[in-house]
Amino acid sequence: MSDASMNTTPSKAKTSLADLSDRTRRRNAAEKRFQAYGIGAIAISLFFLIVLVFSIVRSGLPAFTQTVLDVEFVLTEEQFNDAEKQLFKTKAYSGYFNDALTAQFTEAGVSVPFDAKSIERIAGKVGGTIREFYRENPDQLGQPTSFQLAASSRVDAYINGRFTRDTFTESRFLMAADLDLVDAMKTSGIIKNVFNWNFITGADSGVDNPGGAGIGASVVGSFFMMLVVLFLSLPIGVAASIYLEEFAPKNRFTDLIEVNISNLAAVPSIVFGILGLAVFIQFMHLPQSAPLVGGLVLTLMTLPTIIISTRASLQSVPPSIRDAALGIGASKMQAVFHHVLPLAMPGILTGTIIGLAQALGETAPLLLIGMVGFVARGYPEGFVNGFVEPNSAMPAQIYTWAARADASFYDKAWGGIIILLIFLLTMNIIAIILRRRFERRW
Amino acid sequence: MPLLWLLLIVFAIAAFGYVLGRRRALVSANRDARHLHSLPSYYGWNVALKTIIPAVMLLLVWLLVQPIVVYNTISSSLPSDLVDSASSQGLLMSEISRVSDGLSTAVSKGVLSEELAASSSLDAETATAQLKEAGAVVTNDITAPVLSAAQDYRSATLSGRWIMALVVIIVAFAGAIFGLSQSNKDFRARNVVETVIRYLLIGAASIAILTTIGIVFSLVFNTIEFFRLYPASHFFFGLEWAPSFSGRGGSSELGVLPLLWGTLYISIVALIVAVPIGLFAAIYLSEYAGPKVRGFAKPLLEILAGIPTIVYGLFALLTVGPLLVSVFGDGGVLGVNWQGGGRAVMTAGIVMGIMLIPFVSSLSDDIINAVPQAMRDGSYGLGATKSETIKQVIIPAALPGIVGAILLAASRAIGETMIVVLGAGAAARLSLNPFEAMTTVTAKIVSQLTGDSDFASPEALVAFALGMSLFVITLGLNVFALYIVRKYREQYD
Repeated sequence: MSDASMNTTPSKAKTSLADLSDRTRRRNAAEKRFQAYGIGAIAISLFFLIVLVFSIVRSGLPAFTQTVLDVEFVLTEEQFNDAEKQLFKTKAYSGYFNDALTAQFTEAGVSVPFDAKSIERIAGKVGGTIREFYRENPDQLGQPTSFQLAASSRVDAYINGRFTRDTFTESRFLMAADLDLVDAMKTSGIIKNVFNWNFITGADSGVDNPGGAGIGASVVGSFFMMLVVLFLSLPIGVAASIYLEEFAPKNRFTDLIEVNISNLAAVPSIVFGILGLAVFIQFMHLPQSAPLVGGLVLTLMTLPTIIISTRASLQSVPPSIRDAALGIGASKMQAVFHHVLPLAMPGILTGTIIGLAQALGETAPLLLIGMVGFVARGYPEGFVNGFVEPNSAMPAQIYTWAARADASFYDKAWGGIIILLIFLLTMNIIAIILRRRFERRW
Repeated sequence: MPLLWLLLIVFAIAAFGYVLGRRRALVSANRDARHLHSLPSYYGWNVALKTIIPAVMLLLVWLLVQPIVVYNTISSSLPSDLVDSASSQGLLMSEISRVSDGLSTAVSKGVLSEELAASSSLDAETATAQLKEAGAVVTNDITAPVLSAAQDYRSATLSGRWIMALVVIIVAFAGAIFGLSQSNKDFRARNVVETVIRYLLIGAASIAILTTIGIVFSLVFNTIEFFRLYPASHFFFGLEWAPSFSGRGGSSELGVLPLLWGTLYISIVALIVAVPIGLFAAIYLSEYAGPKVRGFAKPLLEILAGIPTIVYGLFALLTVGPLLVSVFGDGGVLGVNWQGGGRAVMTAGIVMGIMLIPFVSSLSDDIINAVPQAMRDGSYGLGATKSETIKQVIIPAALPGIVGAILLAASRAIGETMIVVLGAGAAARLSLNPFEAMTTVTAKIVSQLTGDSDFASPEALVAFALGMSLFVITLGLNVFALYIVRKYREQYD
């Protein structure tokens, strides 16, 4: 019986199921680790998103404010006539301005010495602006008028805390003594930050004037481009999808189209720019930098996206709708155009808006058709000219600013990105609302 | 804008034809629509389509052909000594067309009268002065022969336009009358209209083919032109990229290898960032996360995909670049001096990686979801934990699909432009240091085509050869990746 007794005495200590063996513990730890990797990956991507949004907002907001010198000013008619008689007319106006400034300082109880040169360093040539104003509005003579004169970009940077007195290096554009003046102006309320409407409505300025640059003209350029894209890609995309989804027989030609569409969707956008340059500008002699050409290129680029989403929404309409229409005597064309298409329309519009949003943010093809070197200094005259006159577009304008040597333009570029993202967000929200409201689940 | 007016006239004729055609058909059936073969509106559409389609097609063809015909007539009639004195026929012709445009601008602004602009009494000096006054872009003084050629050019273009307008309107009328003559109660209007619409649909679908043809032709012709000026072997095997800035060529070294190396290096960095993060995010979202987490994290990840690339480019240039310099640069946190400037392979690569995360994760998500549930259940039934199932069953099963997704991401990375234009730098070099600035194929396409160099010079034409290489590489990668993905899908369908 020794055998039996040996069998009944286990060699290992008795274990309960509740006790975990080392091996199980290792496996569970590996399981936990693996799950942590997944959470880590998502956390990292969300972290990137947060950093991106944070740096856009932090760097972009200064573009929406502007530092101005707010000076109350009275110019009598005699002073005006007097100044117009002088040889250096703008200098005379600057003199009046400086007098008014001194008066405002004494009123505020601040005394700080300054001369015409330091004013010029802080606010540019004020005389010219004032003279321009009074020559255009002579009826304002003798009445108190308040001027808001844009401060130079360096003063703007100082007020916004981008450099302090310690990190400041003196140059001929701004001297240390000027900072005293700026501080004095700030305490007496002459220098203040105002909302920069010019950034939203204005046109681009030259390379030497970052303060005056605005994105308005390029928003208009983008708008005309999107009109072209919408009115070409929506009908063409829908027509192509209807053919492929409802009518196309299964043959080589159809296969060829399908292969082409899926390949075009993956062609780098810059290649479309090369196509636009070679075909639309070199071969067809369409005008360079025109929103029309940009719109044509972006149409070709967004067509595959729109076709793919339109086909998906046509597919989601159940065949019973078609059968019912055919059953009561509609032709195939009538069944599609009267019944299937209206039911698929919300999905098609959603896809189109998303395609448009993609086209709105696309930059690379626009670089090649000349929308970048061009400085959009003004709005197009009239509706038709909006398509053919050279203009910029929002992403191209942002790139232009980012490529300029003066770092003050970087603020503008970030600000432009905020505007661009607001447009994209609006379009995507519209798409989501459309989908929520009208999408039908069959 | 006479073109717009012309289109409006054609559409007006068509609208008029619609009304008339509909009425004529109804009259032929004694105003009783039941006797018609088709619904009354189809008779109207028949007339309208027959008005619009031939007229608009003629218009498009005319607009394409006329400039070419005028160009060839004028350039063949140029005196040969004039061509010799200018550096090339193309330059001379572009000057002539510029002067001709300038004359039109001057006339439209009222600086120049229509008669004077067309008459031979206009001499070169006053023309120059008046064109400048009208704000037309005229670089140097216009010579008399150029002026007269420009006047010929302008008059040919103008008269061509008028003839075109006339012919288009005649064709529109002819189409309308033909359509009207068909409007009869026995005419099968619906069948005709539907056939036409069907061809229109086919035409719309063929635009995809036309686009591809357009891309291939515009790349191929210019690439051949480039290889005529620059030896192909130097382009493909040259180790140096140094275009001369004068735009005259000759001393330029246009080897593609440094650019390809930069492209490859940046793409590899991007994939090293994007693939693990994207893959783990996809695994977590599809296998572990509850519906709440998925509903929250997935849209947020997709936001990263919806952000335009110019935003990523600026992020690379102004945020990531300086950040990397403050870590790896001179006087940085690590105390090493590896990175000289903000623009570097790492800068562009990391940012491009961030851009690709949602791309990789959504593709892998689809592929992981396509693995049949039975395989998971079998693995769990054998006692495997979730992570063991994923590592030993799901990933091996999904591997071909994941490889396809990575290849698609790689093709994206290779074709990406804005991030590298802003973040990677402009210097082409063959180096292993990822903290050095390098440049890519796409960045050089942009810089060679946006510069001032003449389109006929090898410095500009090289961009088309680069575009061709890019197109072939990305297309090859895509076709291969789609093939793998499709093959893999078929395995489980």
